[in-house]
Amino acid sequence: MSSNRKLQYSLAINEALHLMMAADPAAFLIGQGVNSPWYVGNAAQGLLERFGEKRVIDTPVSENGITGAAVGAAIAGMRPVVVHPRMDFMLYAMDPIINEAANWYYMNGGKVSVPIVIWGIVNRGGEQAAQHSQALHAMFAHVPGLKVVMPSTAYDAKGLMIAAIKDPNPVVFVDDRWLHRTEDVVPEGIYEVEIGKGIIRKEGKDLTLVATSYMAHESMKAVDELAGEDISVELIDLRTVKPLDRDLVLESIRKTGRLVIADGGWKTCGLAAEISAMASEEAYEHLKAPIKRVTLPDCPAPASDTLEAAYYPTAETIAQAVRKLVAWR
Amino acid sequence: MEHSRSLLEGFYRAMVRIRACEESLVEPIQDRDVRCPCHLYSGQEAVAAGICAALDDQDYIFGNHRSHGHYLAKGCDMSELVAEIYGCEAGCSLGRGGSMHLIDPQKGMLGAAPIVAGTISLAMGAALAASIRGDNRVAVTFFGDGATGEGVLYECLNFAALKKLPMVFICENNFYATHMPVRECRVENSIYRVGEPFCMPSYSIDGNDVLSVYETGKMAVDRCRKGEGPVFIECQTYRFRGHVGPDDNIQGCHTDIRPREEVDSWLQKDPIKRFEHYLLSNKLIEKRVLDTIEQEAQEEVARAHRFAKSSPHPDRKDLCAYVFK
Repeated sequence: MSSNRKLQYSLAINEALHLMMAADPAAFLIGQGVNSPWYVGNAAQGLLERFGEKRVIDTPVSENGITGAAVGAAIAGMRPVVVHPRMDFMLYAMDPIINEAANWYYMNGGKVSVPIVIWGIVNRGGEQAAQHSQALHAMFAHVPGLKVVMPSTAYDAKGLMIAAIKDPNPVVFVDDRWLHRTEDVVPEGIYEVEIGKGIIRKEGKDLTLVATSYMAHESMKAVDELAGEDISVELIDLRTVKPLDRDLVLESIRKTGRLVIADGGWKTCGLAAEISAMASEEAYEHLKAPIKRVTLPDCPAPASDTLEAAYYPTAETIAQAVRKLVAWR
Repeated sequence: MEHSRSLLEGFYRAMVRIRACEESLVEPIQDRDVRCPCHLYSGQEAVAAGICAALDDQDYIFGNHRSHGHYLAKGCDMSELVAEIYGCEAGCSLGRGGSMHLIDPQKGMLGAAPIVAGTISLAMGAALAASIRGDNRVAVTFFGDGATGEGVLYECLNFAALKKLPMVFICENNFYATHMPVRECRVENSIYRVGEPFCMPSYSIDGNDVLSVYETGKMAVDRCRKGEGPVFIECQTYRFRGHVGPDDNIQGCHTDIRPREEVDSWLQKDPIKRFEHYLLSNKLIEKRVLDTIEQEAQEEVARAHRFAKSSPHPDRKDLCAYVFK
């Protein structure tokens, strides 16, 4: 039955690209390594053969110039997806992403929008150290004019990539390499996961756990474990970091009165800090306990796997945070 | 090269419109009626006029911080420009952009931005779009000598040449990157040679000679349309005003930058006076026709200011409109 077809996360992205490039002649893929499994694995497979080198453009290592070109093409009416196989290298492209793409629609009085997808892959772990592992979604979410999505499942990866390509605004699409081999039921045709909408992965009554991307998977493991301890956790997978699904999160907090946020980024001025601030501004009277953030420490990613094990939060880290809050007074 | 009378008149009209518009802003800036930073284009008119005359309406241009001239030469509306500078809702960017963010997609003016070298890659993207669609458009990026200090220029020279994109790099070398003389910025001062390592036809021309600019620009655009790849043109020119605002940055004043003799020598090479002299001495166009063009430009400028002064500012309640489409 095709309705139960399972697909890998990376292949779900691949299918989104195939479908959208076939549906829209303005859509194209550009970036370093789109023609090489070394960079994006199987996420770009078959595209070059099917759509040709005019629309599947492997590039030299020139992140600033190439990302700017994708922005310019979008201004000129195309629907580019520009890929950064390691998000760390995207920092070279901060000017076209922030100064140009994010501001263009506003500073030109709505005359031209920039329908671009900036796809950045987080490559955590593997002893790759500080410049191959960074999760920078919060930096982009800080900037007005950028949308930021972080799908945690294959279904969402496909639906959000399609929605991002169709969106008239710049969308930063962040996936985590640790998710690429996960599988999910994925419908075959074109469908969208609405940008700005989170989802309740599991309903609960004792505590609200908000997570994104890979941390949503660790959170689900924690929720299952905690259920055995008679702790009922409501797990929200944000899916979109900007714009935040504020209503979904606030409604859950009003119900449970407790909040833990699990984010794969750093702590200071991060996504977890933003959600925490939102909760205290808008749901303070419903909180029965302080808010707890589970994030990376304010420390660059280490190489040694002993240090890595201490660096990355796990289901157990999250479960401990939940237990602590549930036991609060 | 022989040029039609209408083309010659067009060059003159384009330059005179830009000069009249720019000089009309001097007093409002000094009186603080205009508050947004204006980088006036007076003195450099031949570059915008010559290059834009080599383009069709559907061709793309991207500007920089000093782009009133590019916008006007591409055929965009002067009233919307002046209204934008005054911060009005009727401005080309609805008062959200000011002098440094000028746009008119219908005329191929896809935007301008003051991040030095920031729109070079955007123009490359527009050229890439034209190349993917095969629609025969050409994209032009206008940038200054200061932009040759930015790495992204070299990324774009390489990629545009590699993919034979229909793109013309126009470097307006006015010899100063804000306050810094180009000779103090660069170890090698033949700017046009930056295109050579990328196997790109590269030229250095007199940017105050509108015919030279047009002829070189036309050759570059023709080459792009034939799919033969990008061209780099350094146009040597000079701004008659300050880096920003009317102040002309002459040594001895509070923004002490340029030697008096240097400024005077460039005033002798005023692109409009030179072209007028050429037209009259070769009996190509009569003085009364040039006078009429000048008169019409002044009237257009007066209309633009009246329009701007009678236009409302944006409503405070619309502050956050246009963040997302």
